[in-house]
Amino acid sequence: MISAIGEAIRLILSGDPALWEIVQLTLLVSGLALLFAALIGIPSGAWLGLRQFRGARWLNSVIYTGMGFPPVVVGLVVFMLLSRQGILGDLGWLFTPQAMILAQTILALPLVMGVTMTAVHAVHPDLRLQLRSLGATEGQVMRTVLSEARYGVIVGLVAGFGAAISEVGAVMLVGGNIEGKTRVMTTAIVLDTRQGHFEMALALGVILLVLAFMANLVAVRLQQE
Amino acid sequence: MSKLSQDYLYHLDGVQQTYNGRTVLNVEDLQIRSGEILGLVGPSGAGKSTLLRLLAFLELPTAGVLSFAGKPCNESWPDRSRRRQVTMVFQNPHLLRRSVSDNVTFGLNLRRRENGREEVERMLVGLGLEDLADAPARTLSGGEAQRVALARALVLQPDVLLLDEPTANLDPYNIKLIEEIVRRTNHESGTTVVVVTHNVFQARRLADRVGLLLSGGLIEVAETETFFTNPQRSETDAFVRGDMIY
Repeated sequence: MISAIGEAIRLILSGDPALWEIVQLTLLVSGLALLFAALIGIPSGAWLGLRQFRGARWLNSVIYTGMGFPPVVVGLVVFMLLSRQGILGDLGWLFTPQAMILAQTILALPLVMGVTMTAVHAVHPDLRLQLRSLGATEGQVMRTVLSEARYGVIVGLVAGFGAAISEVGAVMLVGGNIEGKTRVMTTAIVLDTRQGHFEMALALGVILLVLAFMANLVAVRLQQE
Repeated sequence: MSKLSQDYLYHLDGVQQTYNGRTVLNVEDLQIRSGEILGLVGPSGAGKSTLLRLLAFLELPTAGVLSFAGKPCNESWPDRSRRRQVTMVFQNPHLLRRSVSDNVTFGLNLRRRENGREEVERMLVGLGLEDLADAPARTLSGGEAQRVALARALVLQPDVLLLDEPTANLDPYNIKLIEEIVRRTNHESGTTVVVVTHNVFQARRLADRVGLLLSGGLIEVAETETFFTNPQRSETDAFVRGDMIY
């Protein structure tokens, strides 16, 4: 055990190409998934937080349910959509990083959207009246309210990134854990542990923990603001 | 002087505001003169803030005609440039998570007014906020925050300034400071001011005319001295003498 820890540290510090290739792909897949989740989730979450409409409560419940959606079920649905018989089968994305990005986007989206919606909703409704009375257009009101809710939005992004990067079931299903192509940190840890390569699994685990810790540190610091 | 020349800036004729079938405001006739300070007093729930929101074009009336500068605007709001002549300060200052200076500059930035820097500095000095210019707005006391909110509105040099309980819960020093700047703005710029207040003494100190609202209805509007010394309605008499229990 101690020798495995020592070897894991050596792998990290020596810049082992196999290890850093996995880290690189993980950051690329989860980073792009977060980007897409942010592009869709922030404007739609802000809109939902600002608007009152029939069915809003029902929609909120759907989003909150999505925040706790079992990743493996997301993986199953994406797998079925991308499989040869699926409606997106022609894309040929199954067992590619694109499929993993799609699955992680679906997992991160409700978190980004839901937390943004809650953060915008928490901004005092009279602030919008105040902004209008200062001459703001509707677009300027929305941008300013979103800016006031920015710490909440960043917390949503951190949560979305954490959900994406630490996920294993969905990416295993739709990515296939193919070496050099779709192997990311979580799926590599599963495989290396099964094969008894504890030093590699530990090295990846440490890096994953550091990334998750850094992301959460940002969220905690912002919540304290 | 005011950019608007009409004698009566606002005219409300049979204006009603209804929420969920409940009429919260019913003003048969009210004219607000250009350049005056009108005080609106009355108990909580009398419709004072609702009336202010209508004057600020933040809501459209359910019924009646609300005219601004001679033009009816009961079905659609006046254009943006007209609306921007009217600014409201709420009881809650609603400052943004920015510095004091950035809060005061906010409305100028919306208007893309380039030469606002000097006005902002002048306003900060005028309201005793110059040492707090770079301070985060959330660190201010209640009185300081309300002065920032007032500075943010005044730097826009509005033709109409609407104040909703501007000194509620403030100490005498801040009350005096805010009243002075409101009075000075009215005198020097001819800004029309409508101030909603629970404090009848403040209405007496500040206003040229005072109106009493009760249960959504405008009971009486009169010159300040007349309102307090020779009211025409028994409700007004009871209110100014403090006999009205609500």
